[in-house]
Amino acid sequence: MTSAPTSSAGSRFPAGKRAYPHRDLIAISQLERHEILYLLAEAEQWVEFNRRATKHSDALAGLTIINAFFENSTRTLLSFEIAGKRLGADVVNMHASQSSIKKGETLIDTAVTLNAMRADAIVIRHGSSGAVGLIASKVDCPVLNAGDGQHEHPTQALLDALALRRALRERGATSEDFTGLTVTICGDILHSRVARSNILSLQALGATVRTCAPPALMPQGIEAMGVEPFHDFDRALAGTDVVMMLRLQNERMDGQFIPSPREYHHLYGLTRERLASHAPEAIVMHPGPMNRGVEIDSDVADDPAVSLITAQVEMGVAIRMACLDVLTRRTRGVAGWKDGEWV
Amino acid sequence: MKQRAPLAITNGRLVTPAGVVEGSVRCADGLIVAVGEVSPEEGDRVVDAGGLLIAPGLVDLGVFAVDKPAFHFGGITRAGLMPDCSPLLDHPARVRFMAQSGKPDFWVHPFAAATIGLAGEQLAELALMRDAGAKAVATGRRWIGDSGVMLRLMQYSAMLDLPVVAHAEDAGLSGRAAATAGEMATRLGLPSAPAQAETLALARDIALAEMTGARLHARQVTTRAGLALVRAAKARGVAITAGVTPAHFMLSDLALADFRTFARLSPPLRSEDDRQAVIEAIGDGTIDSIASGHDPRGPEDKRLPFADAEPGMAGAETLLAMVLTLVRDGVIDMARAFDLVARNPARILGVAAGVLEQEAEADLVLVDESKPWLVDRRKMAATAGNTPFDRQPTEGRVTRMWKGGVEVAL
Repeated sequence: MTSAPTSSAGSRFPAGKRAYPHRDLIAISQLERHEILYLLAEAEQWVEFNRRATKHSDALAGLTIINAFFENSTRTLLSFEIAGKRLGADVVNMHASQSSIKKGETLIDTAVTLNAMRADAIVIRHGSSGAVGLIASKVDCPVLNAGDGQHEHPTQALLDALALRRALRERGATSEDFTGLTVTICGDILHSRVARSNILSLQALGATVRTCAPPALMPQGIEAMGVEPFHDFDRALAGTDVVMMLRLQNERMDGQFIPSPREYHHLYGLTRERLASHAPEAIVMHPGPMNRGVEIDSDVADDPAVSLITAQVEMGVAIRMACLDVLTRRTRGVAGWKDGEWV
Repeated sequence: MKQRAPLAITNGRLVTPAGVVEGSVRCADGLIVAVGEVSPEEGDRVVDAGGLLIAPGLVDLGVFAVDKPAFHFGGITRAGLMPDCSPLLDHPARVRFMAQSGKPDFWVHPFAAATIGLAGEQLAELALMRDAGAKAVATGRRWIGDSGVMLRLMQYSAMLDLPVVAHAEDAGLSGRAAATAGEMATRLGLPSAPAQAETLALARDIALAEMTGARLHARQVTTRAGLALVRAAKARGVAITAGVTPAHFMLSDLALADFRTFARLSPPLRSEDDRQAVIEAIGDGTIDSIASGHDPRGPEDKRLPFADAEPGMAGAETLLAMVLTLVRDGVIDMARAFDLVARNPARILGVAAGVLEQEAEADLVLVDESKPWLVDRRKMAATAGNTPFDRQPTEGRVTRMWKGGVEVAL
């Protein structure tokens, strides 16, 4: 058994609970910049911890974490499960297909049921925007949003920020945030909760964000979120430091949004040539799972010199450990986290 | 219940089409027999209005449930019932049943479903339903996608002299949208449709009304562009009337914040600019009627993720108070307020009510227009408290009401 690292976040953050004064993690839009930075700082220690040969902490021993996934997921569910288990919690996964649990009171009933089983934290993914916040309002324990409809996916944005910050530091940067950086998010912005959470998180950390998509996949009013929208991928790439590619979410499309995957690749596929001509220095990210040959070519995705895709997966576990740790501190009676109201 | 003795309501301020004047009203056999400087006669039951407004009972042009306590609270004496209640009003027997369902102290005017099952394909038995008591034909909360069907519906309704109450949302554009495309829907990640879904639908329906001579009532016109189409059509002499509910002049899509499902409406809430356009259109006469859209929905329909919740609001109790905000803001005067909620809806339905005139039905309310009260979803008379105006302080309450000259206990 390896001992858990002690908190390394240091004194740059407010003491105790004031560093993260929320009961839940529902949306990046509810977080302050320093709260995002605090979660990133907390996660750093778990990155190192996870690279050890034996990686087990008893920090959350005796606590029950329920992963309630109302929408199919492999990687996010696995990531949360590993994170909980490495912290010593008892982790239970609940798969509820969208077909069996669809109607309203059932969703509230499920929340009440989970609450009655005295979970110490509930991780929820649901296909409807706002569903996780709705469940959170009905339970007494911390709730983590693992993706709600087309709204937000906050741990994805946090892990992306962590992976990106570490990559920039490897390249010699010293800043704790992304001031001066230009990030282009390209793909199905309309249906993407990852895009929404990342726009908010990257902007909070000082980056300039561009979005790139065909008109049908670009939400109306996106400029109001402070991003610069593009339809021409080559133009969007020019001057970009980081390009985040998104998957085409065919399962969320109601009708035809693009003529064909081949045509999509022609206009928006990230190829070696496109990257070399328009953004030769750019870092490439993708939240996965990838449609290889559609939005991204394999030789880009698999090139460790430019692609952070595997690092993103690694950071996912660390971020989720940090979130589970921070959100259960009140329950565990950690000094400085016991009292006061939630924000 | 028939009116037994003549009734005289004295010492009030009469809300007439020409303006508010001091005076009295006298009713006998369920009808208004005199308005103005009239004195009670021997044997009259005399009610002293104490200086309150004496106004016509409200005629609510488009509700989704018969919810008498809520209607009475709101001073509503008659309502047009939309066909998409349960069961659907696409059969003469159902229409006949619903037409009787509120009597004697409340009158329901059913709207016949335009097509069987409101599916937009086969015309329903409109003449039989008219003769069973239907006062209009309606497409419900749906859009008839096939313009050929809509044309035949308009031609037939014109022949039957029934107004066509249409829902102006192009279904191809609106799809499963729960919000209007724009910043709010984008931030919340809600399925949304551009506001032009309304413009497209109205443009087609106006063209067909112009072609057929049918009387078209666009139940809710909620966008600047849609209102411009209505204004232009009226100027050309098209037989079109337009309505709206208070939600669309009181609220914009900012009310969707925190996924508040009480603000999930059909059509969805619009931008602030569209809200302003609705207020202007109420002021300049483009909008003819304001209805409650009363649709009480319990937690099983509303305590859901936003896009999964049913649209609709419980609006009957707040209808008059919200319209009176327009009077206080100087958008309209009191006479026009009651044109919007009583006289015009009655005209559209072709019923002799909604106005203080001789021979009109004695559906009357006393209104204390400055009485303050707090909207509270937990204390509503409606069968459910799904109001987007919860906790809002407001002014204006109906204190007494009469249906056909018979007092209704409030």
